[in-house]
Amino acid sequence: MAETVFAPWDDPNEKPLIRFRNVTKRFGDFTAIDDLTLDIFEREFFALLGPSGCGKTTMMRMLAGFENPSEGAIELAGQDIAGVPANKRAVNMMFQSYALFPHLSVWDNIAFGLRRESKDKAAIAARVEEMLKLTRLEKFARRKPHQISGGQRQRVALARSLAKAPKLLLLDEPLGALDAKLREATQFELMDIQEKTGTTFVIVTHDQEEAMTVASRVAVMDEGRVMQVATPERIYEAPDSVYVADFIGDVNILHGAAKPIGDDTYEVIEAAGSTSVTAVSGRPFSDGQDCHLAIRPEKVSIHKDKPDADNALQGKVLDIAYLGNLSTYHVGLPTGDIIKAQVANTRRVSRRNFTWEDPVWVSWTKTAGVLLAE
Amino acid sequence: MNRLSSFNVVSLTLGFVFLYVPMLILVIYSFNASKLVTVWAGFSTKWYGELLSNEAFLDAAWVTLRVAVISSTIATILGTMAAYVLVRGGRFFGRTLFSGMIYAPLVMPEVITGLSLLLLFIGIGLDRGVFTIVLAHTTFSMCFVSVVVSSRLVSFDKSLEEAALDLGASPWDAFRLVTLPIIAPAVVSGWLLAFTLSLDDLVIASFTSGPSATTLPMKIWSSVRLGVSPEINALSSILIGLVTLGVIAASLASKQAAVRAKRDEQAAVRAV
Repeated sequence: MAETVFAPWDDPNEKPLIRFRNVTKRFGDFTAIDDLTLDIFEREFFALLGPSGCGKTTMMRMLAGFENPSEGAIELAGQDIAGVPANKRAVNMMFQSYALFPHLSVWDNIAFGLRRESKDKAAIAARVEEMLKLTRLEKFARRKPHQISGGQRQRVALARSLAKAPKLLLLDEPLGALDAKLREATQFELMDIQEKTGTTFVIVTHDQEEAMTVASRVAVMDEGRVMQVATPERIYEAPDSVYVADFIGDVNILHGAAKPIGDDTYEVIEAAGSTSVTAVSGRPFSDGQDCHLAIRPEKVSIHKDKPDADNALQGKVLDIAYLGNLSTYHVGLPTGDIIKAQVANTRRVSRRNFTWEDPVWVSWTKTAGVLLAE
Repeated sequence: MNRLSSFNVVSLTLGFVFLYVPMLILVIYSFNASKLVTVWAGFSTKWYGELLSNEAFLDAAWVTLRVAVISSTIATILGTMAAYVLVRGGRFFGRTLFSGMIYAPLVMPEVITGLSLLLLFIGIGLDRGVFTIVLAHTTFSMCFVSVVVSSRLVSFDKSLEEAALDLGASPWDAFRLVTLPIIAPAVVSGWLLAFTLSLDDLVIASFTSGPSATTLPMKIWSSVRLGVSPEINALSSILIGLVTLGVIAASLASKQAAVRAKRDEQAAVRAV
């Protein structure tokens, strides 16, 4: 089956819907966004991910029109939108607090935006009904926001921001107020609606799982800079900095000096010199260059006896975290480093192979880790 | 229910006696048949009848009512605008000065406000009358409105306005369709405050009124200087009655609103 993969960012002929060009935003002395350049394409579900205060909300507010960049330009469909006020932009936003109008019914909340641009009552009614159906809110149309549950409120906010069929929908921590179960269900609902409407979504979140689940691409941000923009898979499997590797998921990081041994393969000699591991890297490193090897815990296996592997290190079990589906073993190396190894609990009642203080071996292949300069 | 201790009963009685005995005496004497205020000569409602045929009092009441309605309405519009700018306007040059200045009339002695307004009206050659009283009352009650409204605006979620703008509303529409309906209770209580202030103001009205316009408090004050007449007692009793009715109506209305809100909430909980 020749299904084309959705990847407009790899197509040089594709024109981005949104273009941040060397955008800097300062609030007094504080630089919220620092010389940021970023392209977002049509129909993308784009996630801005980062810790609080990294500038992701500022980026969103600049897109919505509530802030203007101090320097640089933001283009929407090829046009600089710097001077365009919020109420004249084909961009709608779903607020973190939902910001539903408490004095209006669900129906009137959804109709609010439509009434601002059209007088045609029948068309407005038809569109509102369509939105109610899309978000499965038909039964609640006459209720006021305080008469419905949190999950329903979230859907009203979504319906209201989608009603005007914006080119771009901004979602500011849209699921932050929901509990874990509902959040998971809503994530899939969001993806579903995004696919149905074909709207470009930009979501701001600090929840990496949420970003990985919903997004076609993720931008990891820190202190007003974009650290990496890539698909969730690439962000996870091929981070290009220690910051990204560490921010997304769990990771083991070994610090050492690189020594090329041919075939894109490097030996990483730890600072203490007592251990060395090998790793393959597409990125070149010079002899003796400072480097970090990042390996995900699920790619590390744990053994009783020395395994036949590219990298095998001996250590001692320090801690075991039982998570139900997985168990994470914390193995202390003689150097003092701790390697986390994750094992799937595939059997229901299984005898634990290892316990505290057991001498064990941890191993991984030379392609399991990513070699990073910083 | 806890029974009141004797100490509490005494405190309660003392408090109520202080508050209500003067008014009670006034109401009782308004039904006095004698023209002498201090001598009780049997029950009669004749003073109420005479009051209704007293043109001067009726005129004064009409002036007072007009002044109160017009001035409190203007003060509410101006005060709400001022509050909105001071709370929402962000930082602009002189903001601290402005917000300080808007509260100054709250603590300004009425005599000074009245005198300065009088000098102004004379200075610009404005004939004193209903119009000047309205202006003066607007001036001093506006800051009360702005205090009430701005305290509501401070706790108002700004993202509601942003959501309205985001959905294509002009700033004026956002204010008219979202902000105003939500802060309406504060605006209404600001209006009521301004209305009451205007209704019972004596000092400023005395400074700024002319021979053509006399407000009820001024009329009462000037009549009392010639001796307390039972007519005044009757008038005051009517005022007390009106205020009492107003207070009861307001509290009933707010109680009903609370009950309705509670019922709505329960309906919502059941639906979840």
